Amino acid sequence: MKPYLREFVPKNLEDIPDTTSYEAGYLVTKNAGWRNIRPVIDTQKCTGCLNCYLHCPDGVIFRKDGKVSIDYDFCKGCGICKKICKIGAIGMEAEK
Amino acid sequence: MAVNARTLNETEFFYGHKACAGCGGSLAVRIALKVLGENAFAVLPAGCMSAVGFNFPQLCFGNNAIISTFAGTASMLTGVQAGLRAQGITDFHAVGFAGDGGTADIGLQALSGAIDRNDDILYICYDNEAYMNTGIQKSSLTPFGAKTTTTPAGKNIHGNLRPKKNLFEIIAAHGIPYAATASVGYLNDFMRKVEKAKQIKGTKYIHILAPCPTGWGIPTDETIDIAKEVVDCGLWYLAEYENGSFTLNHQPKEFSSVEAYLRKQSRFRHLTDEDIQIIQSSRDAKWEFIHKNFK
Repeated sequence: MKPYLREFVPKNLEDIPDTTSYEAGYLVTKNAGWRNIRPVIDTQKCTGCLNCYLHCPDGVIFRKDGKVSIDYDFCKGCGICKKICKIGAIGMEAEK
Repeated sequence: MAVNARTLNETEFFYGHKACAGCGGSLAVRIALKVLGENAFAVLPAGCMSAVGFNFPQLCFGNNAIISTFAGTASMLTGVQAGLRAQGITDFHAVGFAGDGGTADIGLQALSGAIDRNDDILYICYDNEAYMNTGIQKSSLTPFGAKTTTTPAGKNIHGNLRPKKNLFEIIAAHGIPYAATASVGYLNDFMRKVEKAKQIKGTKYIHILAPCPTGWGIPTDETIDIAKEVVDCGLWYLAEYENGSFTLNHQPKEFSSVEAYLRKQSRFRHLTDEDIQIIQSSRDAKWEFIHKNFK
């Protein structure tokens, strides 16, 4: 399991722990708004070589049915996956 | 079996972080934690990875992780591993992720002390060649000629005047059980080294070159290519130190152009042909040393 988005966002003083520790992997915001281009995978072309999954700095590309898929909530649109894909199965599209 | 993209742990331990798009350092942290697994206890000093990983309540580490003082990464690692052993926990990996400034400048004495005690820790330095988190100031691992906010490029002085500190060999000179250099452009090599360090008892040190698109002035999708190119043009090398001897892991058949590598980055854009000549001859001198002393 990876860190995931939570519904409860601590806001008030009593919600904040009085020690320096808190639950690991507690996410409350997405990174999708950072992006102005998005990678799109052509699943016909994808061979499942996993090079994009390995090189993604944010780890948003995950294995799915022998190929890969993208978690757009946390993708920042850096374009590394498109460059690393030798067979050209990933294209970058403008965000609308 | 060698660890590769297929056999790598599918769990993400560094997720949802606020690092710049295309960050090389976050890739190094992510991959190292995937190799080490959920029993990794991470220590992060002040620097990019603690700034982007712990924005309460956005906590991006899936395993145990703590922020240390800037100078105290290695000493906190010592404490973490001693505390775990005292609790009877034996199956763990105490791992530190510090930047180049937190390793080569500010944290060097703590690291040296930990190596001297031979504490069972893994110290990973992600080297992006300046203090990037605070806005690109020179560290002792900034290469010659690079423009930073504290070494600006002007008419008379062309960026940083000093060469990159030879940290890998300084660490090796302690007689450390295992030390290695790596690059995010060669991740299979890096994963093999982390896997190897995982098995070794005692202090381990891995120095991984991690390009910073913001500080180096490159497009965000260039990170991996530039990290490959720096190795291919001979300005960085992949090596290991073990049992008192150095091993070179990757010998480029023919060096690619140093000028092409430098011209791609805005931090080197001001360099004159003479400056590039200096960089090239220092590279040649370094490789002469490597061929003489490395296996």
